Amino acid sequence: MSKKLVIDPITRIEGHGKVVVYLDDNHRVTDARVHVVEFRGFEKFVQGHPFWEAPMLLQRACGICFVSHHLSGAKTLDDMIGVGRRSGSGLTPAAEKMRRLGHFAQMLQSHVTAYFYLVVPEMLFGMDAPPAQRNVLGLIEADPDLVKRVVALRKWGQELIKAVFGKRMHGIHSVPGGVNKNLSAAERDRFLRGEDGLLSIDEVVEFAQDGLKLFHAFHEKHRGTVDGFGVVPALNMCLVGDDGNVDYYHGKIRVVDDAKNIVREFDCHDYLDHISEAVEEWSYMKFPFLKELGREQGSVRVGPLARMNVTKSLPTPLAQAALERFHAYTKGRANNMTLHTNWARTIEVIHAAEVIRDLLLDPDLQSDRLVLTPSPAAWTGEGVGVVEAPRGTLLHHYRANPEGNITFVNLIVSTTQNNEVINRTVRSVADAYLNGQADITEGMMNAIEVGIRAYDPCFSCATHALGQMPLQVSVFDAAGRLIDERLR
Amino acid sequence: MSIQITIDGMEINTEEGRTLVEVAAENGVYIPTLCYLRNQSCLGTCRVCAVRVNGNISAGCTVRVGKDMVVEVNSAEVADMRKAIVEMLFAEGNHNCPSCEKSGRCQLQAVGYEVGMTVARFPYRFEKRPPEFAAGKIWLERDRCIFCQRCVNLMRDAASGKKIFSISNRGHRARIEIDVGLADAMPPEQVKQAVDLCPVGAILEKRIGYDEPIGQRKYEVHSLRERTLNTEGASS
Repeated sequence: MSKKLVIDPITRIEGHGKVVVYLDDNHRVTDARVHVVEFRGFEKFVQGHPFWEAPMLLQRACGICFVSHHLSGAKTLDDMIGVGRRSGSGLTPAAEKMRRLGHFAQMLQSHVTAYFYLVVPEMLFGMDAPPAQRNVLGLIEADPDLVKRVVALRKWGQELIKAVFGKRMHGIHSVPGGVNKNLSAAERDRFLRGEDGLLSIDEVVEFAQDGLKLFHAFHEKHRGTVDGFGVVPALNMCLVGDDGNVDYYHGKIRVVDDAKNIVREFDCHDYLDHISEAVEEWSYMKFPFLKELGREQGSVRVGPLARMNVTKSLPTPLAQAALERFHAYTKGRANNMTLHTNWARTIEVIHAAEVIRDLLLDPDLQSDRLVLTPSPAAWTGEGVGVVEAPRGTLLHHYRANPEGNITFVNLIVSTTQNNEVINRTVRSVADAYLNGQADITEGMMNAIEVGIRAYDPCFSCATHALGQMPLQVSVFDAAGRLIDERLR
Repeated sequence: MSIQITIDGMEINTEEGRTLVEVAAENGVYIPTLCYLRNQSCLGTCRVCAVRVNGNISAGCTVRVGKDMVVEVNSAEVADMRKAIVEMLFAEGNHNCPSCEKSGRCQLQAVGYEVGMTVARFPYRFEKRPPEFAAGKIWLERDRCIFCQRCVNLMRDAASGKKIFSISNRGHRARIEIDVGLADAMPPEQVKQAVDLCPVGAILEKRIGYDEPIGQRKYEVHSLRERTLNTEGASS
């Protein structure tokens, strides 16, 4: 008799989702799906609002990567009023660097949160460990010194976000054509020197290397598990600058294949010519893909693993050294090992810390030239803004009528781009861990979650769950009758 | 004529006929207000300044003080009544403070903090209130309008003396209208005056917003209470 396994909710991710695994009479996996069961509706209810309020409303979609939404929205508004890269004018150096500073502050704190709080517990205790231990509280007991460093690092990132945006969450900084504040010399020194109990920038760069060291140590011991878990070939996509390397704030969208050949490269304003979205009746999350290649061949991976696959180099020395080892491991080919996303994430933590150090030393941040105000004649009424959010390529697209009323919004967020690949990962893990198994164990359930968690998905762009959340796995027969159930 | 009144048991000497909310503020007693503007004709529309005067509930901005008047401001019952009125204003409109550009400069939001409101006890109405965005310089966001009528009474075209804002319909369907022709003739300083006059984010200057960083916005620098009581150099 065929069965259906349900994991609901998935824990230690943002938002709410569930997994359903279908088994045939021989307990073999026939299908596996990640269902995203929340409906948000942001694209609809922002319509009718004044265009300059859109990013402030839309950043509320996310409690973690609101900076990315804020910046994508701000870049979209730049387009609409006729300034920014598309118009060829660019913002003032101070404005663009302040935006980048806030962006990398979020990259640092978000990756530190995702990696240490949500991923490391499995690395230290194993996927089979009891849930009561396999969380950040267990981590505190096992290695309090590491956790102190992590907390200090994350706090530093949060405080830098606050210095730029005014609040640790959902602040306001970017306005059409620029930003509303610079970084004073006193604020800069606070982060460089480490005043008010904060780390100094040198300590930040040092602590930022903890994650990579931890990954390498774990990888050495568990190479087979890490390398063989959820190997899912996919195209890799991210923004690149003029030199062809990843640019987290602005650039062209580049897609590379397994041999790192460029499959597509396009301006974000032309995204509708290249990207289409499929829908499934069982999920509120769409499935984007490159329309010329179709969904099967044209689905892309975004995020840390994709970025490290696309970029040839990174402009900071410690991150570059780490990247060279990362590239050498797959002998120049794209890395499709799902758990190596965590490797890539730790490289980006180091990179973010190094970029922030360079930016803090840049005197442009103390400039008062913050906003460009074009003439009303420059108004275009339409804009597209893309950034590399911690989880991947994030796109905002708005249109407004001549009076400034928002009439259209389209958002393609990072987790949506990853939807197909996440589903393939779940199927891969289910094949490896559940095939032929008659009973559901805690370890099997968690293996599927580990595969999802590697993407640090943001199903609702809500808050990270902390501690133990209820998890229900139910086994139904083909007639929909409950025949087995596990709760935790 | 000099008289004596009592506010929350405190004996106060003042001049007969002065406005109660001003007398209270001068003596360190804060009474929240929204529609009231010092040195302007009294509107009495919002009722947020409700106090008990000689046993009867009245709007403090409409009351002229008289001999031996007994005023109750901060008793639990009267304070809760004012809080309820503020909650009704929030429940009646569609106020989205987190993304509103008036946040930090919004008098309704500031009053909400002063009365200790965290959530409305009344069901939200979620009424559809279409914005008016036809004017070139001003966006009228009716979702946030509390119908204080400051704009209707105080904003006039300089050349003709005509009202720029008006009221259409009656009862719960009443809403603020804007004369697009007169609004488009407003000089920049009058546009700013209209935006500042609005105690909420209903009158917005198009394309302008969020120019003050968080922490430097009006009521973050000095609270509404400090400004009303003129403490620590704060002015309204």
